[in-house]
Parts: sequence; C-alpha cells; structure tokens
Amino acid sequence: MNKKKGVSYAKWGYIFALPFCIAYLIFMIYPIFNTFSIGFTNMTDRLQMQIAQEEMMGIEPTVQVELLRDEEGNLTIFDNYKFVLTDPNFWSSLKNTCIIWGVNFAPQILLALVLAVWFTSTRNKIKGKGLFKVLFYMPNIITAATIAMLFTKLFDYNKGPVNDLLRMLGVIDSNIDFFSDEFASKAIVAFVQFWMWYGYTMIILISGILGISPELFEAADIDGANGWQKFRFVTLPNLKSIMLFTLVTSMIGGMTMFDIPYMVGGQGGIKGHIRTLSVYIFEMSFTGGKLYNRASAASMLVFVMIAVLAAIIFFMLRDKDEMARHKIEKAQTKAYKKMLKEEKAKGGVQ
Amino acid sequence: MAKRKNKVGPVVAHFWIYVLLILLAILSILPFWIMFMNATRSTPEINANSLGLIPSKYLARNWNVIGTKSFNAMTGFINSMIISTGATALSVYFSSMTAYSIVAYRWKMRRAFFTFIMAVLMIPSQIISIGFYQMMYSVGMNNSFLPLIIPAIASPAVVFYMKQYMEPALPLEIVEAARIDGAGEFFTFNRIVIPIMKPAIATQAIFAFVQKWNELFVPSVLLTDVKKYTMPMMVSLLKGDIYKTEYGSVYLGLSLTVLPLFIVYFLLSKYIIAGVALGSVKG
Repeated sequence: MNKKKGVSYAKWGYIFALPFCIAYLIFMIYPIFNTFSIGFTNMTDRLQMQIAQEEMMGIEPTVQVELLRDEEGNLTIFDNYKFVLTDPNFWSSLKNTCIIWGVNFAPQILLALVLAVWFTSTRNKIKGKGLFKVLFYMPNIITAATIAMLFTKLFDYNKGPVNDLLRMLGVIDSNIDFFSDEFASKAIVAFVQFWMWYGYTMIILISGILGISPELFEAADIDGANGWQKFRFVTLPNLKSIMLFTLVTSMIGGMTMFDIPYMVGGQGGIKGHIRTLSVYIFEMSFTGGKLYNRASAASMLVFVMIAVLAAIIFFMLRDKDEMARHKIEKAQTKAYKKMLKEEKAKGGVQ
Repeated sequence: MAKRKNKVGPVVAHFWIYVLLILLAILSILPFWIMFMNATRSTPEINANSLGLIPSKYLARNWNVIGTKSFNAMTGFINSMIISTGATALSVYFSSMTAYSIVAYRWKMRRAFFTFIMAVLMIPSQIISIGFYQMMYSVGMNNSFLPLIIPAIASPAVVFYMKQYMEPALPLEIVEAARIDGAGEFFTFNRIVIPIMKPAIATQAIFAFVQKWNELFVPSVLLTDVKKYTMPMMVSLLKGDIYKTEYGSVYLGLSLTVLPLFIVYFLLSKYIIAGVALGSVKG
C-alpha cells in the first residue's frame, strides 16, 4: 500500500462514491425518516384529500398534518404504536409470518443439506448433477406473483388439478376446499416458499462444502470414518457459519414475505389465515382507509426486528482478516508515535 | 480414497437417491408443465379434467380471449422491460463505480463507508415504502417509472459483490500506468476498469434484472394506472371476475408473464447457478 500515491488522488475516491451517497440519501435515508415521522402524526389518506381539496378551492386549510395530540393538546405521539401493538391483526400477522417461515425453513435447510452432501460426495458420483441443480433452482427465478397465482389455480376448489388428481387416485371422494382451511392454506403458502427456495439454499451449501479443505476429508478417510461420521464431525462443524448466514438471510426474507401470501390470499389474507406482516402493512397503508400513520408505526416495528437480524449478519460478514490487519496497523502506528515521543523526551539521542 | 467392500448397500442407496432426485425434478417441472399445457386447452376440456399433460389446440382461441380483456401482456412486457433494463444498467454501472472508489483510492472515510454499506446490506425496500410513496406523491412522481429506476444507483448488495470481485481482479498497477500515460480518472474507470469487471457485471446484471422484473410490492404501491402495470402486477388482473370461466386464458396469461424468464434461465442457467454459488443474491 503506497500511502503517498493515494493522498493526491484521495478526492477522486469521494467523487466516485458521490452518486451512491446522493441516491442513498434521497431514496433510502430520507424515506426511512419520513416513514418514522409519519408514524407520530395524524396523516391518513382522508386528511391528505381534505387538504388537497381545500387548497384547490383556495380556502385556508382547516386541517393539517401534525403530531398526534389529545383534546387538551398534550402530545400523544405514540398512539399509532399503541394502536398497532394492541391490534390483534398485527399479532396474528406476526404469528402467521413466523409459522409460515418456520414451516418452510426447517424442511428447506434439511433437504438442502442432504442434497448438498450427496452432490459433493466423492463416493457416490451422481450423474446429471448439473441438470438437477438447474431444475431445483428454477422456481426461484420465476416471478413469485405468477407462482402464487398458479398454485391458487392448482389447488382450486372447483377446477383444480390437485383435486382432480386426488380424486383420480381415489384418495378423496369429493373436492377439498383447501383455502378455506386455516391449516391447509398456511401449509400451501409454506410449501410454495419451500419449493421456491430449497434449490437456492442447496447451491449455497454446496459451495460451502466445496470450500472446506479436502485435507480434512482425507484425514477422516485415513482415520476410517464412515459417511455419517464425516458428515457429523467434518462437514457440519465447518458449515456452521454459512448455515447461520442462510438462516438469518432467510429470516429477513421471511419477515418481509409478501408476494406469495398476498397473491394467494388477496386482501384480507383469506380470513387472515395467511396475512403476513408485509400484507398487513400493505393493506393498512394502500387499501381501504389508507392509514399511513398507523402503517408507518407497524413498518418501524418490523424495521427494528429486521435491524436486529441484519446486525447479526453484519458481524458475521465483516472481513475478519482486514479487521485484524487494521488493528495491527493502528497498534504499530501508536507504538511508533510513542517511540518518537520517548526519543524526543530523551533529547533525540540516537 | 477408501473404497468400500460392501457393494450392495451403496447400490440400493444410490437407487433411492435417484428416486428422490427425480421426484424433486418432477416437482419442479410439473406445475409449470400443467400451466403451459392448460394454456392450450379450452374451458370444457379443463372442466372435464384440469390435469392436462398433453397440449390441445385452443391456444389461438385463448389468446384471442385474453386480448379482449384487461390483461395486456404486451404493455406489461414493455413496462417491465423499461424498468428492469434501466434499473439494471444504473445498478451495475454505479455499483462498479462505488466499489472502485473503495478499492482504488485511499480516502479518509473509505473504511467507514464500506462498513456502512455492509450494515445496510439487508434493509428491504418495502419497509420504507410509506415514506417513499409520500415523497414521490408530493413531487407528483407516482405513476412514473423513474422512482423504480433511479434508486438502483444505490444498490448496497451489488456494491458489496463488486468490491469483493474487484479487489483481486484489478491490479492497481494498471491504474497507475494509465495515469502516467495521462489518462483522466473517469477515462480510466470507463475504458480500463469496466472491461476488467465484465464477468462480474454480467452476473450481477442477470440477478438485478430478474429481481427487478419479479418485484411486486414497490410497483404495486407506486403504479395505479393500468397502462403502467408491470408483468407481475398484470397477474393480479387475472384474478378478476372477467376471467372466471376462461380457465385456459388464465393459464395462458400466467404463461406469458414467465415465458421471458424461462428463456433467459435456460440460456444462462450455467452462469446463474455459478452466480448463486458465489452468494450473489440475497434471500
């Protein structure tokens, strides 16, 4: 690292980073603060309409967007939060989100792990690995909205292929109305999520296993370890961090799960059985009464949950080597400065 | 490599492994297969048996039906194309630029800046949708494509990937040499760095494009004019009552929304799988 060269060009670093910073400031930071502050106000669609109307008629606005107050004029800015936190729909959405995510993730990581071990095993060479990978990953790249719609058609009560198939096989006598059942509708959404993501998780785990030093496996072979022991004592411990990464990214994705439950359930999430947090926020802010203030409060609550999860990822992703190098560098500079100081104190004796 | 003496065990295990793999493969294909096949079948045919595994001959009829109603595949396709292409181009170009600022220059805030990018890597855009919508509404930009395209300039995940790729791939001596030859900094970036970054740009472009193409939440918030609907939003129109008995047309509509993705996927699957393996897309 040549420090001297860097100095004269340092300003270009700022220039090249500028577009990102400006765009991020305008399109991310500002909206975050905007959402945050709307959560403390009385802003709803009705209020906005009234203001716009009065402006159009040219009269002094009788209402305005302001912080929440009670009749005596005391600030009650947390009322939106209070409303959301006491709204049974919020809690049921949180519960639904967790259930659907959990039911999809447990089998997903298990199956992905099994497939990843098979696909990387040197003992049983599986033919057509490439093709299988392509097929397993395929659902992940297809529009989730379409997939959701497709599965509502497949599980349709009247003209659904699943019902037709089950009847043909003699499993059922009359059609099942899957989406009126709480368990079945949740299971279908969880299954679609599982089906869309296990291929992705599998590929991540495969690259994780390929990243494990082959020497470890060779050593295990020499020690006479069988397949299960190798998996238990070599593969699994070395995959820990990548599995934690998968877990947390999947959790964050799960917290914002929207496309499938929204398209399957529509507004209302079929009696609320598959209403997730994102659907809850979307319904509250962009349909019906358009209560921007309360939906903002709900958004911020979800934001906090995601921030906690993101913090975990952040501490995992940090470039540990670079951090260590940076620390050493700092310590060295400090030691060097100290040395100079001491030398100076000694009167610059060589 | 230690070879096992017991031959029967592995062979049987092998058999069951293949059975499971083939079942999963069928599971991946079957829903889409039924979708494409039913798209060519008529309402009475689907009424009789909705599990269509072979094509019929009503594709043209279904196509005509779908054309007369609100679902407009061409509009959706063009809108999605504009948004996805624009956002992808901005995302990969400016992310490369941001990564270059971190890799090539020693500025004071560099480390803090990269730390920040990693910290915000996972923040999903739908969380801030209300503030974002209000901002766009107040400047009259709802029902415009620009709010869906311009924010792509700041894509932390892409910057992160580009930086990881650039560090080993870009020898700073080349940059030095260009400077000695009198090249400006922007010239160096556009003519020397971008070509070196081509493989990373290609990978990220595929993912950025697909992600943007599939996005539902933010476009649903911003775009209320049916003429501005994107492909995934068109899907919701198929839910409407006007398609209640036109089963074949609904399947055809669904097929149309994903046909471009299938083509892209089967042309580029090798690169896409390799890209996923590098951890380039987030869950």
